[in-house]
Amino acid sequence: MNTMIKVEHLIKQYGERYAVNDISFEVKKGEIVGFLGPNGAGKSTTMNILTGYLSSTSGKAMVDGLDILEHPLAVKKKIGFLPETPPLYLEMTVREYLYFIYDLKKCTLNRRAHIEEVCRVVKIEDTLDRMIKNLSKGYRQRVGIAGAIIGNPEVIIFDEPTNGLDPKQIIDIRNLIRELGKERTIILSTHILSEVKAVCDRILIINEGKIVADELTENIEGALRGNRRIAIRIEGPSATVLSALKKIPGVIYAEISVAHEDGSATFIVESKNEIDVRKPIFYMLAQRSWPILSLEFTGANLEDIFISVVDEAEEAAEHKKA
Amino acid sequence: MLAIFKREMRSYFTSPVGYMFCAIFFAVSGFLFMLNTVQAGENANYAGYFSIILFLFIVIIPLLTMKLVSEETKMKTDQLLMTAPITLADIVFGKYLAALTMFGGSFIVSSAIYYIPLAMYGTPNLALYIGCVLGVFLVGSAFISIGIFISSLTENQFISAFGTIGAIIFLLFVSSLNSYINNEAVRNFLSGLSITSRYSYFSYGLFSYDSLIYFISLSAVFLFLTIRVFEKRRWSKS
Repeated sequence: MNTMIKVEHLIKQYGERYAVNDISFEVKKGEIVGFLGPNGAGKSTTMNILTGYLSSTSGKAMVDGLDILEHPLAVKKKIGFLPETPPLYLEMTVREYLYFIYDLKKCTLNRRAHIEEVCRVVKIEDTLDRMIKNLSKGYRQRVGIAGAIIGNPEVIIFDEPTNGLDPKQIIDIRNLIRELGKERTIILSTHILSEVKAVCDRILIINEGKIVADELTENIEGALRGNRRIAIRIEGPSATVLSALKKIPGVIYAEISVAHEDGSATFIVESKNEIDVRKPIFYMLAQRSWPILSLEFTGANLEDIFISVVDEAEEAAEHKKA
Repeated sequence: MLAIFKREMRSYFTSPVGYMFCAIFFAVSGFLFMLNTVQAGENANYAGYFSIILFLFIVIIPLLTMKLVSEETKMKTDQLLMTAPITLADIVFGKYLAALTMFGGSFIVSSAIYYIPLAMYGTPNLALYIGCVLGVFLVGSAFISIGIFISSLTENQFISAFGTIGAIIFLLFVSSLNSYINNEAVRNFLSGLSITSRYSYFSYGLFSYDSLIYFISLSAVFLFLTIRVFEKRRWSKS
């Protein structure tokens, strides 16, 4: 597969502050890549540079082999962009707005048929003649997405596409992005780990203007140092159960998180990532006749991953110095 | 550019702004015209009407320009325009043309209508009349360009409107300040800035290339500065 987006040593500086500090990455044609990072990490800035809204202080951004600074119009034609705040004209109807974007992008496809198709894809056919200011947040987001995909751009960039939506809308939008990603190259940003896991092929973790991890989605958890955490609810004498749990090989930490009224308790057990302690725990408890009432992975959350990734990056930096 | 122009034109007439502009313009200009011609009797002078209508611009030009760029900045729709495959010049010029069409359209139509009673009851000099119309049109187009520039400096449309009102008042009255100033260099500088002294050539029926070029370059300079403001945002927005 060939490279669609190539970013080399990108820097964006505001006075003394670096919003983006030496970022390099590549995105292949047809890939869905997620930018993951806390607010203010530089995700939006990177996207704004790629789409030509901002200029970089130094470094290169290329789309399909064209430099954004040298061929801004050609590059912009290849990109559909949904900014963090969808750029909607509230006093226009959805139809007027989409026709305006169609004209703005100088599309050559059949206007009526193309706009109808776009509306069908994002499911806004029935709101075409409503004013945008009367639409709910979820619909506004869809209209924004419709605007981004008008003209069938080869690359689509979504800045926090599910921000502020309700759970049903979030699922719809994620499905939509996956659907779009079948034929196109997509970059999206989010600060929700489960979102990138659900949608993206590859994840770039950005923190303080730097890429701290670049992994395929299926490897991301394995790649991140951190412990596997399970929550088990067990019926039995809690203090004895706890000490028995701690003795199981591979367990590095255990605690009682909740003591329930029926005499059971929920324990949090942590083990090394590569060791699965569920089976030994089960056999041990079965032997002692302490029934398991429930067992689930609590999983690492974004904060944990973050802390581990950032720590790792800092450690590596210190190592380099020494 | 055409897309921007069409959107702005539609926006004038889907909001009250376009109607307010037309209503105020036709009502006030009609009244001023009547005062200067029909009511003035022996002193009837349409050149006087054209000189007075410049002062109407203090109110109506900001009405057209106040939202043009500031609203885009505020609603973040500038992000759509700046990431679309068009140049900044397309954006600024499209907006300028829309405001110019609103202003020029109403002004030229009204002037054509006002000529009818003049021709019916008198013998107006058509060349002088057209000279006045051209002069006022050029002044208006320069003010629109200044209004767009001021609108690009703020995201608050009221600040944009008051800024433009201030700028227009300054340019219209700067020549009357001149008599209070003793320093000749300052006086020359101020009269160079004055719009009214440039305009007066047209009202005497003199076609002056100097003034024509002055007004066109005034428009061009402020449109260019507006493009620079957009450009600068690319570098310094945080």
